[in-house]
Amino acid sequence: MTAEPNLQTAPLAHLPLDALHRSLGARMAPFAGYDMPVQYASGIVSETLHTRQKAGLFDVSHMGQAILAGAGAAAALESLVPADLVGLAPGHTRYTQLLNDKGGILDDLMATRLPGVEERLLLVVNAARKAQDYAFIRERLPQFDLLPLNRALIALQGPRAAAVLGALLPGVEDLSFMDWRAFEEGPTSVFVSRSGYTGEDGFEISIRSENAETFVKALLDNEDVQPAGLGARDALRLEAGLPLYGHDLDETIDPVEAGLAWSIGKRRRAEGGFPGFARISAALRDGPARRRVGLLPQSKAPVREGAMLVSTSGELAGHVTSGGFSPTLQRAIAMGYVASKHANKGAQVVSELRGNRVALDVAPLPFVSHRYFKPTA
Amino acid sequence: MTGLRFTKDHEYLRLDGDAAVVGITDYAQEQLGDIVFVDLPKVGKKVTKGSELAVIESVKAASEVYAPISGEVVEVNAALGEKPALVNEDPMQGGWLVKLKVDAPGEVEGLMDADAYASFVKTL
Repeated sequence: MTAEPNLQTAPLAHLPLDALHRSLGARMAPFAGYDMPVQYASGIVSETLHTRQKAGLFDVSHMGQAILAGAGAAAALESLVPADLVGLAPGHTRYTQLLNDKGGILDDLMATRLPGVEERLLLVVNAARKAQDYAFIRERLPQFDLLPLNRALIALQGPRAAAVLGALLPGVEDLSFMDWRAFEEGPTSVFVSRSGYTGEDGFEISIRSENAETFVKALLDNEDVQPAGLGARDALRLEAGLPLYGHDLDETIDPVEAGLAWSIGKRRRAEGGFPGFARISAALRDGPARRRVGLLPQSKAPVREGAMLVSTSGELAGHVTSGGFSPTLQRAIAMGYVASKHANKGAQVVSELRGNRVALDVAPLPFVSHRYFKPTA
Repeated sequence: MTGLRFTKDHEYLRLDGDAAVVGITDYAQEQLGDIVFVDLPKVGKKVTKGSELAVIESVKAASEVYAPISGEVVEVNAALGEKPALVNEDPMQGGWLVKLKVDAPGEVEGLMDADAYASFVKTL
């Protein structure tokens, strides 16, 4: 076997919790310019299963956190994204996409309307895209202040997350999926959103960098919590059918073909006013030419990103954008784009893996059901 | 153990006459992490030293295993079909990959012995 070549040349940024990760036995690797924990001693399978059964703790401080402030900020940001942000109540979070003029996705992000008199939106964007995102927003919305925050971001995910976090921050159990609240923790504020990217109930916790280690150690003191790295995070989000920027989303893909039409506000569909409205509106009306789908390889070997897909009659049908092994299902799973005529459940496409023909069944997403916390009352 | 040799790519070879058992080292399995599938060659395949012998799929990625010596595949470890994690659990014994009928036993010259490999790993 060969070691993967390390082509990283620029100096890596270090997470506020870098020393803690190393003391926990993390294997570190470059990702989006940061030295990131990929896995800990127990390994990706164990970390994935632990997150589904109890609670996994992820350091996602590499992601960008920034505040867009100023009267009319929500309406202004609507000129760049298709979500209804004007209708977003204070203390709530919405998933949306920053779009280029053709309706292609520049990044996907979380936007939270912060409580308070001043109109402020808290944005959480992908690490690899944050510099471009910030430059793009500043260029398009020069009348507003965009203030990057230098805070750690921790994701606590899994069925025990609410009980674990509730012991430190009483009241978090009352939040519903996509609610946001600031909690006082000692001399500082901890921002908590009931969200995440694993398909589990859980929280994203934004905390001042210098306070992060003490807070995270308190979480890790709970026997239900295990640290989990980027490897488990990738397995969990693929099982949950959640697209990852740079893999399942890019500047050529619009939100409708990506299966994200649910995130486009009803008012926005009618009124438009976001980039690429003509293309996205047509895709909503007529259906897109290609769609993001789940794929179940009929092989024990995973079919990886980049694999080409053909129809059973041999015509080009699409390609795989994420592929791997599901620790929860103990089988190979994948996602990719296929022409719409191949996108229905029950369709089958074919790929080639090391010279062998592998059939893949088109499957509904997610592979593992979401368990977001939504009170039924 | 006599006849145990190692490559810089972390394959091992256990030579017994003109037969050799090939697998990956403990260091290699540790680096790969959870192994979920092993793509083994067909019995009868002829390989040359340094050519692709097998592919190991971990949760993260596929990694090639190269032949540490030239020869013909005479047996593959069928147990890995049901339990690829054997490579993680016991890479040097139960998690072996293939048995080769060696063409030229002299090719082991130049491979590391256990002490040299242990020293090599410490430099990584």
